[in-house]
Amino acid sequence: MSDVGISSIAGYLPRLRLSKKTVAQANSWIAPNLMGKGKGTRSMANWDEDSVTMSVEAIRRVLGKEDDRSHVDSLFFASTTMPFVDRLNSGIIRAALTLEEETECIDISSSLKSGTTALIQALAKVKSGNSNYSIVSASDKRKARSASSQELDFGDGAVAIAVDNENLIAKYINSSSLSIDFIDHFRQPNEEFDYNWEERWIRDEGYLKIVPKAIEELFSKANISGSDIDHFILPSVFPRVDQMIAKKCGINPENVVDNLALSTGDTGSAHSLLMFASILEKANPGEKVLLSSFGNGSDVILFEITNNIKNYKPEQTIESLLNNGVEENNYMKYLTFNDLVKWEKGMRGEQDRKTALTTLYRHNDAIMGLVGGKCTKTGTIQYPASPISVSPNSPDLNTQEPYKFAEKKAKILSWSADYLSFSVNPPNHYGVVDFEEGGRIMVDFTDVEKGDIDSGMDVKMVFRVKIVDEIRGFTRYFWKAIPV
Amino acid sequence: MATGIRDKVAILGMGCSKFGERWDASPEDLMVESYVEAMEDAGIEPNQLDAAWFSHHIDDIGAGKGGTPMSIALRLPNIAVTRVENYCASGSEAFRGAVYAVAAGAADIAIAVGMEKLKDTGFGGLSPTNYGTLTPQIGPSGSAPGNFAQLASAYRAKHGVSAEDLKRAIAHVSVKSHANGAKNPKAHLQKEVTEEQVLNAPMIAEPLGLFDCCGVSDGAAAAIVTTPEIAKSLGKDNIISVKALQLAVSNGLENQHNSWDGSYFHTVRVAAKKAYAEANITKPREQVSMMEVHDCFSVTELVTMEDLFISEEGNAVKDVMDGFYDADGKVPCQIDGGLKCFGHPIGASGLRMLYEMYLQLQGKAGERQLSNPSIGLTHNLGGQPANNVCSIAIIGALDS
Repeated sequence: MSDVGISSIAGYLPRLRLSKKTVAQANSWIAPNLMGKGKGTRSMANWDEDSVTMSVEAIRRVLGKEDDRSHVDSLFFASTTMPFVDRLNSGIIRAALTLEEETECIDISSSLKSGTTALIQALAKVKSGNSNYSIVSASDKRKARSASSQELDFGDGAVAIAVDNENLIAKYINSSSLSIDFIDHFRQPNEEFDYNWEERWIRDEGYLKIVPKAIEELFSKANISGSDIDHFILPSVFPRVDQMIAKKCGINPENVVDNLALSTGDTGSAHSLLMFASILEKANPGEKVLLSSFGNGSDVILFEITNNIKNYKPEQTIESLLNNGVEENNYMKYLTFNDLVKWEKGMRGEQDRKTALTTLYRHNDAIMGLVGGKCTKTGTIQYPASPISVSPNSPDLNTQEPYKFAEKKAKILSWSADYLSFSVNPPNHYGVVDFEEGGRIMVDFTDVEKGDIDSGMDVKMVFRVKIVDEIRGFTRYFWKAIPV
Repeated sequence: MATGIRDKVAILGMGCSKFGERWDASPEDLMVESYVEAMEDAGIEPNQLDAAWFSHHIDDIGAGKGGTPMSIALRLPNIAVTRVENYCASGSEAFRGAVYAVAAGAADIAIAVGMEKLKDTGFGGLSPTNYGTLTPQIGPSGSAPGNFAQLASAYRAKHGVSAEDLKRAIAHVSVKSHANGAKNPKAHLQKEVTEEQVLNAPMIAEPLGLFDCCGVSDGAAAAIVTTPEIAKSLGKDNIISVKALQLAVSNGLENQHNSWDGSYFHTVRVAAKKAYAEANITKPREQVSMMEVHDCFSVTELVTMEDLFISEEGNAVKDVMDGFYDADGKVPCQIDGGLKCFGHPIGASGLRMLYEMYLQLQGKAGERQLSNPSIGLTHNLGGQPANNVCSIAIIGALDS
């Protein structure tokens, strides 16, 4: 039987990194106990990002810019913060990525170990021959109450992994999985926030007993011991728990992988895999990585780094993602983006934002996948496609073939920064962008501040939340432009 | 081969309400105000009207849909009333309907009334418009100033104009219109402003500040048209006739095709060429006496000077700064204050522009009267630079 494992991995972190000191100081009058957590930053999603949009961005980095994505036959999406309880969230991602309709899309949720669970499922699927190439993506954007410990511990982010049977950078060895109804926190569907039990109990009865049990089972199955492990991954918001477990399992504590607590915070379902991505950038052939997670049980997966790692050059490393963040010291902006304060949206914010689902479906490729048209007669590229070509001298009928814009480079033709129209992050930047191969779209710009953009600037497209229909509880997605 | 509209239709009478924040006035009050003035000017009775056109853009905060709001408000004698809507060029559209009905011989006398009641929204600026079910899903969540402001970035990039120079030129556009509006008792805004005030005003959509944006107003305007022969038979002399009426509508090229550079109005150039041909104007910079253009935003007016072929391409900034379009300039523009200061009740604006040209041509413009104008041009634009309708009308003395 051929080897299975990972051929590519990429992370996505939102641009902003909220200063924890700023948060702790703002809340010190009511929660002085949190001052000790006021160090470093946590990743902070823009208002128009959620677990689905971050996942799309992570997967794009794994798939590259090729139009043909027909090799992806399965897509596993793991998150505890899926935007929809009943609408296939991985189906939204499939549509955004213009994957084939035949791609099997699977949502895996309900536990912080869902990311590793999804990875185990994908590995099994490829190993069994039921898939040749699966994408696993885990993503979370967890809400936490203002002045809570979680607000400082959590971070927003996503990761994507190509599970493959060739070109492996990490070979799958074995895994074990425990499902135990240990309730360190919980959240029912209509609740915004987790309810958390006492930290000491979670640490002593949860992490320190459940994770070692899963590890021991894996060691036994794989016939190895802790001393064989070169990189040990375990996300936890409790200090030194990873070290304590490493010691307990015979793993050299120096081989514990940094949990990024001071840079990204804990990105929930994504975090084990994000840490995995960070260590793969530094790992050497032959090294063994023990990837573990905790959440109503524990998953543990063992990988061995292959020789291919020497030639592995990801489009963007986790290290560069960490270095390219912009520190945000405006706590009110974080609270507003996350709808944690009742802020005045003005009468323009009252506009009904109902989405015509019939229209959305009729134009699904155009809206979700940013697919336009290319005239087979004149070569004119346009967005959206139309029955009659926009070509001024050749209004040809029914000559357009689908043309994908999402991965194409573009330049800003015209723009404005609008203080009048409703925006969660004013001023509202938008303008016309011209694509390098032809075609143009008037789009919103995102991840920009005043003075960031001008005509002629290079931009790329990103998949984001367009509006949130608060009346009906519907998130509408579309593409926006960001400076390159 | 079409012969065009030149001198086939005469303006028999016009009226215009006071524009502004008419908290006291209902849509009916506004329509009646303009109608009574137009009917008195025309010197006719309601039963002499054969057909009517009613322009009204935002029906959900105004008078509602259909022709009935006008017919009921004016108690018209059950004649045809057609409601038209073509963005901010709706007023010109009503005029076109009435003029064409007369030219076709379908009506001896027809009336066009445009009305908008914008100040029942509860907030400043225009209310967001609905654009069907697809556009909101793919278009930016913008506003009118944000859409028109994009002209500035594209114009600067194309012509190499600095942000400061363009900002100063568009400020001059507004300073000029305020000076003109101060002499117009029907104008919404009747105070002069300084360049410094304009430059330092709060930003609305970069680079447009508060004074770069036109007034959002309530108001109505009306025109009664007939044939020159009937006008004469009704005892009219000094007859003002329609020389040209053109409408050019975007077909998606600007929004979807890379050939448009974002710095000008494609439709305006198309409509202007046709209008000049229809009116037999070969040198617009010399032959047009005065203009009322669609200065919804100062930058719109600036680039329009080139699109109407009055200023050479790339030369509008210089002409504006030279005072070419000031009240004492070669081609006075917005002599009534324009949308900027007379105000912009959307459905009425095209007719309001014609009202000023009509008054000026008859020497009835009071304190702001120009000396011996012979040709007046109106430019009424709806939509936004990348997707719009442009209506151009030219009027002057009959057989001139």
